[in-house]
Amino acid sequence: MRVDVAIRSARDLTAAARKARILPLSREEVLKVGTLSRIGLSDAEVGRFTTQLSSILDYVGKLRELDTSGVEPLAHALPLHNVLRPDEPRTGLAPEQALAGAPEASGDFFRVPRVLDEGVSA
Amino acid sequence: MAITDLTACRMREALRRREFSALEAADASLAAIARLDGRVRAFLSVDADGARRRAAGIDKRLAAGEPAGLLAGVPVAVKDNMCTADGQATTCASRILGGWRAPYDAHVVERLAAEGAVVVGKTNLDEFAMGSSTENSAFGATRNPWDLERVPGGSSGGSAAAVAARMVPLALGSDTGGSIRQPAALCGVVGLKPTYGRVSRYGLVAFASSLDQIGPFGRTVADAALLLQATAGHDPRDSTSVPEAVPDYLAALEEPVRPLRIGLPKEFFGAGLDPEVRRVVRDALAAYERLGAQMVEVSLPHSAEYAIAAYYIVATSEASSNLARYDGVHYGRRSSDHADMIDMYMRSRVQGFGDEVKRRVMLGAYALSAGYYEAYYKKALRVRRLIRRDFQDAFKTVDCIMGPTSPTAAFRQGERTADPLAMYLSDVYTVSCNLAAIAGVSVPCGFTRAGLPVGLQIITDVFTEDRLLRIARMYERETAWADRSPPVCEARP
Amino acid sequence: MTAADLLPTIGLEVHMHLKTRTKLFCGCPVRYDARPNSCVCPVCLGMPGVLPVMNGRAVELAVRMALALGCAIPDLAKWDRKHYYYPDLPKNYQISEYDQPLGIGGFLDVETPRGAVRVGITRVHLEEDAGKLMHDERGGNFSVVDLNRTGTPLLEIVSEPDIHGAEDARAYAEALRQLAVYLGVGDCHLQLGQMRFEPNVSLRIGTGPDGKPRYTPISEIKNLNSFRSVERAVVFELARHRQEYVANPAEYTLENLGKETRGWRDDEGVSFLQRSKEEAHDYRYFPEPDLVPFVPDRAWVEAVRATVPELPQGRRRRFISEYGLPEYDAGVLTAERGVADFFEKVAGLVKDPKTASNWMMQDVMRVLNERKAGIADLGMTPEALAELVSLVKQGAINRNKGTEVFGKMLASGKPAGEIVRQDGLAQVADAGAVEAFVDQALAANARTVEDYKGGKKAALGRLMGEAMKASGGKANPQLVREILLRKLGG
Repeated sequence: MRVDVAIRSARDLTAAARKARILPLSREEVLKVGTLSRIGLSDAEVGRFTTQLSSILDYVGKLRELDTSGVEPLAHALPLHNVLRPDEPRTGLAPEQALAGAPEASGDFFRVPRVLDEGVSA
Repeated sequence: MAITDLTACRMREALRRREFSALEAADASLAAIARLDGRVRAFLSVDADGARRRAAGIDKRLAAGEPAGLLAGVPVAVKDNMCTADGQATTCASRILGGWRAPYDAHVVERLAAEGAVVVGKTNLDEFAMGSSTENSAFGATRNPWDLERVPGGSSGGSAAAVAARMVPLALGSDTGGSIRQPAALCGVVGLKPTYGRVSRYGLVAFASSLDQIGPFGRTVADAALLLQATAGHDPRDSTSVPEAVPDYLAALEEPVRPLRIGLPKEFFGAGLDPEVRRVVRDALAAYERLGAQMVEVSLPHSAEYAIAAYYIVATSEASSNLARYDGVHYGRRSSDHADMIDMYMRSRVQGFGDEVKRRVMLGAYALSAGYYEAYYKKALRVRRLIRRDFQDAFKTVDCIMGPTSPTAAFRQGERTADPLAMYLSDVYTVSCNLAAIAGVSVPCGFTRAGLPVGLQIITDVFTEDRLLRIARMYERETAWADRSPPVCEARP
Repeated sequence: MTAADLLPTIGLEVHMHLKTRTKLFCGCPVRYDARPNSCVCPVCLGMPGVLPVMNGRAVELAVRMALALGCAIPDLAKWDRKHYYYPDLPKNYQISEYDQPLGIGGFLDVETPRGAVRVGITRVHLEEDAGKLMHDERGGNFSVVDLNRTGTPLLEIVSEPDIHGAEDARAYAEALRQLAVYLGVGDCHLQLGQMRFEPNVSLRIGTGPDGKPRYTPISEIKNLNSFRSVERAVVFELARHRQEYVANPAEYTLENLGKETRGWRDDEGVSFLQRSKEEAHDYRYFPEPDLVPFVPDRAWVEAVRATVPELPQGRRRRFISEYGLPEYDAGVLTAERGVADFFEKVAGLVKDPKTASNWMMQDVMRVLNERKAGIADLGMTPEALAELVSLVKQGAINRNKGTEVFGKMLASGKPAGEIVRQDGLAQVADAGAVEAFVDQALAANARTVEDYKGGKKAALGRLMGEAMKASGGKANPQLVREILLRKLGG
């Protein structure tokens, strides 16, 4: 099966970037984004993902070629607005149903390892 | 002709005429699954008892002459990222959900039940619909019925393969960047991604919320139309579901669209396109020309490669957010050993997610993080607007846009797994449709010399699925691709 | 720069629960007394596949509050996801409004002991509350989560740093509560956690070489849930800032240290560092794709504006100027909307605001204070009170009997006229009858009469009391006085 030219050009770019040691991502950044995402990576994963994510970031970096000044970001695919719900109660789940899939429960509560009083409030 | 060889439309008529019962149809489907799925591995779960029970219920209604719905007695498969409250697990092909059973039905699952469909099982996918080959499943890869050494495409590979191998006439998939159309192309079936907002996403486990859309697989255009008919429409539980009336997709299906101006974007026929796929697609376009269609060269300058770049930022950003909830607290899998709360999150997620999910979640978190938001996420949204404008401009002069669905036919298992970027480029022609929120379909248009199916992608503007289906049907009438069945169906074990 | 020149500079972020029947994104009821995890559904549990749908009533209440605060309602508001991992937040993101809130740029005039202070309102936005995380009380190595509160509509009101003292911070918080309750936007029961405060505290330390004001680092104190703790925490924090700054004026600046997050230990009366600038969260805000923007129709905004009643301060001023009420009385009568409405209704019916105010202050408020009840629980309509007030005004009964009848009305629920008739309380205004009561009193109190005639003018009051007593309290006091004076010889 023929691998398309775009793949090759992206690979070349990554290779060139690696050679020039201008990988977009460092190991430290991958670890940091892993922590931000609450994914506790092994050393091997950090290495693998540093290379793979760098090559993807290289590729998506091609967006920089485009002049988007004056172009509004498009976050919502369709121009919908004002979708509102009446303030009417609906039947939900019983505590037993809510807790049915909980990895750990304690009485009517979800149970988690002890959390220190350091949380972020709303 | 065996029951499983019937299209959904034919089966529906036969059921109404009581030529066979819904229970027989369900049993035929279950038997096909039992016979074939050991090799194809399209299903993650099969609910034989539930299916037979539902079929018997439909038979009662049919016998009593009661209305039984648009899909009365027709077996259907559902991609396993849609919630079912039937007691079957909803897995998203991920370990992290740990056998979670949804306490509620997705909107589309409710619709299927209301229209009398018999859901026989839930199909395999790339974990959380992230992938283009159905190899990223925690429960093993699905194989392409046309060549078991090859991938069925993805992420709805299980649904595409189940329909291609005639285990079910209809299946639902979800399409975030091509996850219905690309596997439809690679498996030689019809797969349609409706306009964003046409089908409710309530109960579809989110990958990228602004791009995800549920759509039908069938062996024929009419079958896809039938399943779309049954599932489309407004749902107040999805704020992005559009309260537009659903046209009767089947009523005018046989009416050709005339005059028909077909836009051919040069970006869809560029350097990355496999020559054999190009030839087969060109032949299909020639068929349209013979039907009187006018070919118009259009430009979608930001589609193809820029679209892939924008797509992988937007989709991964949303995914990093949508998948934050899988943390082992309220449901799903929790790591067994952990020092504290944060350690529990870190271990549960690193153990529960596969590599592709980890990559995308991290890429998305990176694109949204302080200092990179403008350069990546916001930039991608600006390009997204440019892509939508490209299509809006094009639709001023053409009725539809055509090109190949995928740059290649089905590739070998393992061929692209080591190179995520190569895998991403499988979606090069499909992602722009999701970014622009418009409708697209892949219809079978021939085979490579190696006997692998090729798909023709047809794209139309928002909420014009009726025209899209008619345009697809014009070509289908001229061909007999749907009559071919893959080798796996013939081979007896 | 001396310590005295350091200007306290305080902004307040206030969160309040809106008065809706259901949560912000699902139909689960908002309840405070329910069994744990019983007011939940797949949506607020953040289960796979669910989607939020915005509660229209919550949006309306939020806009009403924003309008009452003088905010502009922008043409487009949208919601965003704010990401952080915490077990009381099932999705691990909070749906909030980041850069395009429902209301911007308002103000609130706050009465303080030093006069009225205007506090600017930066923004008003609508978001979801989190659940409750509790620690195992038996010392176990785990915490537990109740998600009943998850998704409760929460209004966040962010002030400008216009507050310059702890007392003012408290007065601002109290004024916001009064306003929200007045508007029917929230119940604001502090003990239920319906209102929470986060002061941002720093000291202005003069101006820099560039002429711009300089500050000590900003301390954001999280999650205070009483007015008292707001005041105490701000007092503590200002003193701490002063100390830190005086000890190290070159280092202890906003430019150097930025913003820090602190907690408050109410029992010890101290704040403690939670996070410095370096440890600040990266919330990765982005537009919530599952909700669509809110584009308010201008006519709708005006209709909501029409539901905003006259606000306490303005009403207070009007009661003084229009009705001639004393400042104190006007303050009492406008502290709660129900009381003010009740008063105005009575005043209108009897066409005498001063008398109506007298009844409100002396009778109605006394009973409410005794009972610790609200006006809604008085058990009397403004119309019923107005009837009583009119009976007194017309001289049908006297004022003292009026208070007696008021008590009987509360006890029996009967109208004033009926009680007066049944109990024979009608005032005796017949000159002959009253004269008989006076004669009775004069005859029985010869010594007092002597006292009066001897120049003790106070004796007149005693004689009046005796005459009233003889009448069973029913005599017209004016007439008693007139006849008494005549009989005593002027």
